[in-house]
Amino acid sequence: MNKLHRSTDLKPHAMTAKGLDFLAPEKNHTVNVDHSILLYVESLSVAFEGFQAINDLNLYITDGELRCIIGPNGAGKTTMMDIITGKTAPDSGIVYFGQTIDLLELDEPAIAQAGVGRKFQKPTVFEHLSVWHNLELAMAQKRNFWSLLHAKMTSEQRANIDEVLGLIGLKDQVRKLAGTLSHGQKQWLEIGALLMQRPRLLLVDEPVAGMTHQEMDKTAELLRSLAGKHSVIVVEHDMEFVRNLSDGGKTVSVLHQGSILAEGTMTQVQNDDRVKQVYLGE
Amino acid sequence: MMRLLNNDVGGRWLIGSLLLAIVLIPVLNSLPASSSLYFPTYSVTLLGKYLTLALLALSVDLVWGYLGILTLGHAAFFALGAYAMGMYLMRQIGDRGVYANAELSDFMVFLDWQELPWFWQGFDQFWVAILMVMLVPAVLAFGFGYLAFRSRVSGVYLSIITQAMTYALMLAFYRNEMGLGGNNGLTDFKDILGYSLQSDHTKMALFIASAVALIIGYLLCRFITTSRAGKVVVAIRDAEERTRFMGYRVENIKLWVFVFSAMLAGVAGALYVPQVGIINPNEFSPLNSIEVLVWVAVGGRATLYGAAMGAILINYAKSYLTVELPEVWLFVLGGLFVFVTLVLPQGVAGLLKRKGTE
Repeated sequence: MNKLHRSTDLKPHAMTAKGLDFLAPEKNHTVNVDHSILLYVESLSVAFEGFQAINDLNLYITDGELRCIIGPNGAGKTTMMDIITGKTAPDSGIVYFGQTIDLLELDEPAIAQAGVGRKFQKPTVFEHLSVWHNLELAMAQKRNFWSLLHAKMTSEQRANIDEVLGLIGLKDQVRKLAGTLSHGQKQWLEIGALLMQRPRLLLVDEPVAGMTHQEMDKTAELLRSLAGKHSVIVVEHDMEFVRNLSDGGKTVSVLHQGSILAEGTMTQVQNDDRVKQVYLGE
Repeated sequence: MMRLLNNDVGGRWLIGSLLLAIVLIPVLNSLPASSSLYFPTYSVTLLGKYLTLALLALSVDLVWGYLGILTLGHAAFFALGAYAMGMYLMRQIGDRGVYANAELSDFMVFLDWQELPWFWQGFDQFWVAILMVMLVPAVLAFGFGYLAFRSRVSGVYLSIITQAMTYALMLAFYRNEMGLGGNNGLTDFKDILGYSLQSDHTKMALFIASAVALIIGYLLCRFITTSRAGKVVVAIRDAEERTRFMGYRVENIKLWVFVFSAMLAGVAGALYVPQVGIINPNEFSPLNSIEVLVWVAVGGRATLYGAAMGAILINYAKSYLTVELPEVWLFVLGGLFVFVTLVLPQGVAGLLKRKGTE
């Protein structure tokens, strides 16, 4: 009850409040992060009909890290996400989640259940379900048909959904069909749904496309507050947003022609000659 | 039960009307034939037939309206259920056939068979037949769905292979070697559970059984669609990939809904056969499956009650028009489909809902 009460006046800037502990990934995950690396991507390559979309890509994400990935169109950002989440099979290379889980052996649902959540570039919500049901389905739970047939909402789950609704600012739209929301609201709903999944690793593809500056600031704040408990990979075009997000010396990776061109803080990356050449066009 | 009908005005009307019919029609039927309120027995049987078709429409709505699979082959499950029941009814004939063979049906004697084929064994038992009515469609749906959903066949390709499935079965059932009566199918039924199919009481009992089956089928469908599993089903229809990335095994959920729907269609077929008195391979025809889609579309997709309503209304119109103006029926049916698609995309149910909110 107490929890529910506290949630009602929760503002995005209070996101580090204890009330959101339930969004932290489940502790009993079998992900082994003994070497404090959550995601290993090594010598990854994939070609589509001769086009080398990913070319000997290496990427290591530390547990709890917020990583921004920038790169021009066609640099392979979405393909990289497709491979990590099981949609596309690479030609060669390895992708490990922690020390033990080989993501290349798993399919999409198994990868999602292992703790990898993905936000699509184009906001994808269940248009004919209400905002509430969108979050209800995303909620961490047993996902087989028979459990779902008998699933009952506990008061704790209700409180959790309420809390996320406050976080994403959709409390007043809770009964609305998701299809009737504005573009920005859909983006937020999808982020909210992603959080309900309680993933260990969040892959966020261009989260601020179509958002106002105010919404962008809110999103940056939310993503930053998630780091620590979650690892977050953000792929983004918007330079200002990335600068804002990576503030405080967070690592930024520059993807170019399917491999990492440079890695470092935003300032380092921006001063890198190769980056200037190929990406900033100087 | 009431929980299932919360926020379901149409469903309450449907079930209310069915309960009323169960009580009222036997009374009206027992009036003297001279009374203006007399409800003739042939109408009872006709109505019973519509109710079984409504059950078939429910099963299609579950798969098409909720799961988003445009099935062009649901008649196959209906016909398999019907054949299973037909086999039981054939065995009930006993030695009253033309050839008076207690063991073999007339068509088997005619084909000069010496003994009952293995798959006819056990069909003299009612419970075996009832089991098969659900099991055979379920097994076919499981096998078909397992292969199709696992390899992620979807959209129009899936529709085409559902149609191919029912067409292939139709061709197979036309063959005498199938041992199911070839193109004549199964007919000349006499009894069910020892009661004559010609008796008014049996006909009334079959009508009531159809109404009860439709009520139970409706409530089961509501149970699924209002559960969290039902929300996942809609999610799959709207954004299959997103659902998968959320950690749902889309193919398994599709499979269970598909199998359940096939069983429902099988039961509908089993109740249909004793009321129409014949089952032949024509029931597998893809055209039949397409007709069901028209009922569902006209009634209103993803509403369940709309599907049942559409089935009853259109079949009533069909019975009426094929007698009065037989040459226009197919034009009416086609025209209705075009009209509904263009003007009433949510069917009659959508129209009622709009009227209700105004």
